[in-house]
Amino acid sequence: MRQTVRFAFYKTIPVLLGYLFLGLAFGLLLQEAGYSFWWALLSSGIVYAGSIQFVLVEFLSGGTGLLTVAVMTLLINSRHAFYGLSFVEKFRKMKTYPYMIFSLTDETYSLLCSLKVPEGIDEKKAMFLIALFDQLYWVAGSVLGAALGQVLPFDMTGIDFAMTALFVTIFVDQWREAKSHLPAIVGLCSAAVCLLIFGGSNFILPSLIITVGILMALRGRLETNLSGKAEAS
Amino acid sequence: MTRERALLIILTVAACTLITRLIPFVLFGGKRKVPKAVEYLGAILPAAIMATLVVYCLKGADLFSASHGIPEFASVAVTAALHAWKRNVLLSIAAGTLCYMFLVQAVF
Repeated sequence: MRQTVRFAFYKTIPVLLGYLFLGLAFGLLLQEAGYSFWWALLSSGIVYAGSIQFVLVEFLSGGTGLLTVAVMTLLINSRHAFYGLSFVEKFRKMKTYPYMIFSLTDETYSLLCSLKVPEGIDEKKAMFLIALFDQLYWVAGSVLGAALGQVLPFDMTGIDFAMTALFVTIFVDQWREAKSHLPAIVGLCSAAVCLLIFGGSNFILPSLIITVGILMALRGRLETNLSGKAEAS
Repeated sequence: MTRERALLIILTVAACTLITRLIPFVLFGGKRKVPKAVEYLGAILPAAIMATLVVYCLKGADLFSASHGIPEFASVAVTAALHAWKRNVLLSIAAGTLCYMFLVQAVF
């Protein structure tokens, strides 16, 4: 068991650094919006999804309607639905099945996808511990950020760029691994055009619908480019 | 905003996030085979969605204001270039964010 714990911890070190930093940024923003660390604990405990939690801060400081909140959450997190496809079989054999589904973030997904367990280590326990450790880092970071927000002696203006930077790094990784750049380019152009037409608060829904439409129309052409299933990390 | 409303928003986000994570297990948890179209979308959508999210983050950059969106675009360029070079997520995010914080606090 100790060996498994050590193995899982070792695997999650990059996520530890990233989640503490991003969690801190989230907690700070939440605190700036007028919410104490209890709210950070609640959000990171029951929502637990990096990108949408940053958007959540906007929801909590503005007058966004509940329907818009629901639709935007479903759309922004729709990529999670595709992550689970790789684990339908594997998670079912685990006692911690419900928690594994709940905790499948971008980072946990990428760790579990690339996981190779050495001799003497329980794979199911290792997978569960990786998922659990990742969430603990995220919760710790966000609570610290919200709690320390008031006492931090330096100007934190601009810390929210961490979210943009996170998306940029994932985008760059996907770009390098993609067999075709067409999906990324279609998404980018559609978003830019829709932003100009519909404005900042309404463009995501039409943009994603147009993107899915164009990509379905290009299916014949793209599928011949994608030999086998591309990694979606 | 009232605290009740804030709580309602967080619960909504939590429920909808869980739904997106449950979908594949509910739809394909049995013996049913994953349809080809879903597999195709699963392979290509993440890249398109990430591009959309980057644009979403940059929507606040005002090209016609005093800063012309320079802090945003310069910091995205720093993040992307560093990441293409070093492939270290933490390093790229830290450098890009510090660059942005410096530009908005000290320059513009």
